[in-house]
Amino acid sequence: MTITDDLGHRRDIGPSDTGTAATVVPDRSALGRPPRRRRLRGVRTENVVSIVGSMAASLCLTVLLFGRIAPFSGLIGFVVVAYGLFLCIYLTVLSQGQDGPAVRDAVATVLLWSAMVLVIAVLAGIIIFTCVRGSTAFFHSNFFTQDLHHAGPLSPLAVGGVEHAIIGTLWMISIALLITIPVGLVGAIYINQSRSRFARLVRTLVEAMTALPSIVAGLFIYAMWILTFHQEKSGFAAALALTIMMLPILIRASDVVLRLVPGTLKEASGALGAPNWRTVWHVILPTARSGLATAVILATARGIGETSPVLLTAGYTTYLNTNPTHGPMVSLPLAAFQLVNSPEPNVVARGFAAAMFLLLLVLALFLLARFLGGRAPGDMSGRERRRAQRRSNRDRTRFEALASDEAQQFLTRSQATKGEFQ
Amino acid sequence: MTSVVSEATEAAAPERRRLKVIPSAGDRVFLGLSRVGGLIVLAIMAGIGTFLLWRALRAFSIAKGSWFTTATWQPDAHRFGVAEVLTGTILIALIAVLVSVVLAIGTALFISEVAPRWLRAWLVSGIDLMAAVPSIVYGLWGKFWLQGHQVGVARWINTWFGWIPIFKVNGADPTNPLSSASVYTATTFVAGLVVAMMVLPIQCSIMREGFSRAPLGEREGAYALGSTRWGMVRSVVLPFGRGAMIGGTMLGLGRAMGETIAVLLIISPVPYVNFHILQTGAFSVSSLIALHYGEASPLGISALMAAGLTLFVLTLAVNFGASAIVARSRSGATSDG
Repeated sequence: MTITDDLGHRRDIGPSDTGTAATVVPDRSALGRPPRRRRLRGVRTENVVSIVGSMAASLCLTVLLFGRIAPFSGLIGFVVVAYGLFLCIYLTVLSQGQDGPAVRDAVATVLLWSAMVLVIAVLAGIIIFTCVRGSTAFFHSNFFTQDLHHAGPLSPLAVGGVEHAIIGTLWMISIALLITIPVGLVGAIYINQSRSRFARLVRTLVEAMTALPSIVAGLFIYAMWILTFHQEKSGFAAALALTIMMLPILIRASDVVLRLVPGTLKEASGALGAPNWRTVWHVILPTARSGLATAVILATARGIGETSPVLLTAGYTTYLNTNPTHGPMVSLPLAAFQLVNSPEPNVVARGFAAAMFLLLLVLALFLLARFLGGRAPGDMSGRERRRAQRRSNRDRTRFEALASDEAQQFLTRSQATKGEFQ
Repeated sequence: MTSVVSEATEAAAPERRRLKVIPSAGDRVFLGLSRVGGLIVLAIMAGIGTFLLWRALRAFSIAKGSWFTTATWQPDAHRFGVAEVLTGTILIALIAVLVSVVLAIGTALFISEVAPRWLRAWLVSGIDLMAAVPSIVYGLWGKFWLQGHQVGVARWINTWFGWIPIFKVNGADPTNPLSSASVYTATTFVAGLVVAMMVLPIQCSIMREGFSRAPLGEREGAYALGSTRWGMVRSVVLPFGRGAMIGGTMLGLGRAMGETIAVLLIISPVPYVNFHILQTGAFSVSSLIALHYGEASPLGISALMAAGLTLFVLTLAVNFGASAIVARSRSGATSDG
């Protein structure tokens, strides 16, 4: 019996017995060994060994280069040379035993890993650097309880602090949030609910506004509030400028969250006869609550870190000012900016400490946002689930009461009709 | 069965349903209220344009055509223009984008294709955190850490590639090991590197979104044809993510042009157009505004407004282009979840 195999050759596969229908196993030995299956996931031991070996080799070679052979110096230079050598050695080692695609795959994987490691290292470096330089002034208790008007350029770190900047930041961010949250949420609901052309225009405008240079936001408030309306530079003007920076961030983040609310929930609400505004108020907003809180917190984190809008609109002072509508007011980033421009090391240390405090605030807000926003919309915490359960239990008892009432009425009615028939 | 059908045909044809929803009174109030939120956004954007233009008219009427060609900034002498600052802004943004795009593509591919699942969430958080770090902190890092450490690299580039005009450094003497390093500080290069780190997160998150949208069927098809992971990325993920890559790059460019405080901390102004990215002396539109807003005369303020308007229009144009590209590459963005 002859068959056509998958390569198109007609081959004889042995004696054919047309009388009985026996299963014939095709003989694959003539085809040769099939190619080995590629491993696509996981880590291959030989690659790990090659990586470690190449690293050691490149490190030794670089130390030799820097110490003995070439007149090189500097941390960044060392890292760059070592990395380049590592890539060359790794490529050579791999190409000894593997085919082209596998080598390219391994090298690309290493390149992607190193891009990620570099970025994370920079992030960690920035955080650690700020904290190390800031810690000299940060761990004085007067840093949080005094303002700077007593502290001259040469005063020791035991005098003066950034209390005025902390209070200023609190005022500015509170006023900015007071404006941003209602306007931002309403705006987000609008572009989420309306399908009109205007809503699409607003969405595009918000996208463009997220990239508005912060200095332009400050300049706009300066042109409008201070030059045209003849108001003085104050915490309130700075809060207005911060609002312009925070509003688009809040709207975009909320829009994303609102879009994640399952369409089935909205349709169920509509099917039960709820008008649009009831659906928004009773279904969409509660479902998206944790996501909206995250959006607000992220906008806050962006807002407290903005320097340039505050620089143009708030003025600068070393005195504590608790009135946001009158007199110059400083925020933490602005204080850090002004202080590090001084030539005195103690003043620079205060600037770093202010930046460190700001960074810690942002980190705390960020962790809070992660904690709140780790859940998908509609995914409830234990307390929320228990509350929902209680609510639905109440509904059940109510329905049961109604049902038993109706059953009673039905019974009495049917008995009455029975009586009539009899 | 047949009886039912015949019944239906015999009955009078039902009136056609109206599918258009007529909103109730409450809904109409609700929609009107929510439209206010949209109107406020529109008003702010329009307000920024009109106020800046109105305030800048005087400066524009004096500067006229020389606005884009004058490098000095002496408004009271009626000699001012954005030639220097605009060049500086664009150079800083270009360096930033060149560096950040490479890193952003790498990190985005790593997160969407290579990273083990438990690591993925952490990395996404890390990139998000990077976007939340205040610009002043980046500026401090750039000024007090990166600036000192990049001198060796800048000197090396100047020594070996100084014959390329943009890497040339006037006043530097590579043959003299004792020559001052200060000529390599406060440069466009340092500012560009810092801004690169600041625009990386937005680029990375847009690209990651684009990459993760590459369809599963095509991915598995590539694997089934015997491709390695990198082969699959090159033949499936990168082509599908091209729109996101271009759009993310341009969004990063828009952000990079607007950065103020970090750049202001690092650069030092010079009164001429400086194309040498490794040579001290760099400037940007936003730093110009931040530096001069305090002492300026009415005409000076008007000139600053004109500079602000120029920056505003420039970033707006770049961003609209970018979001158009991203939107085209992202299908189903408006569909219900």
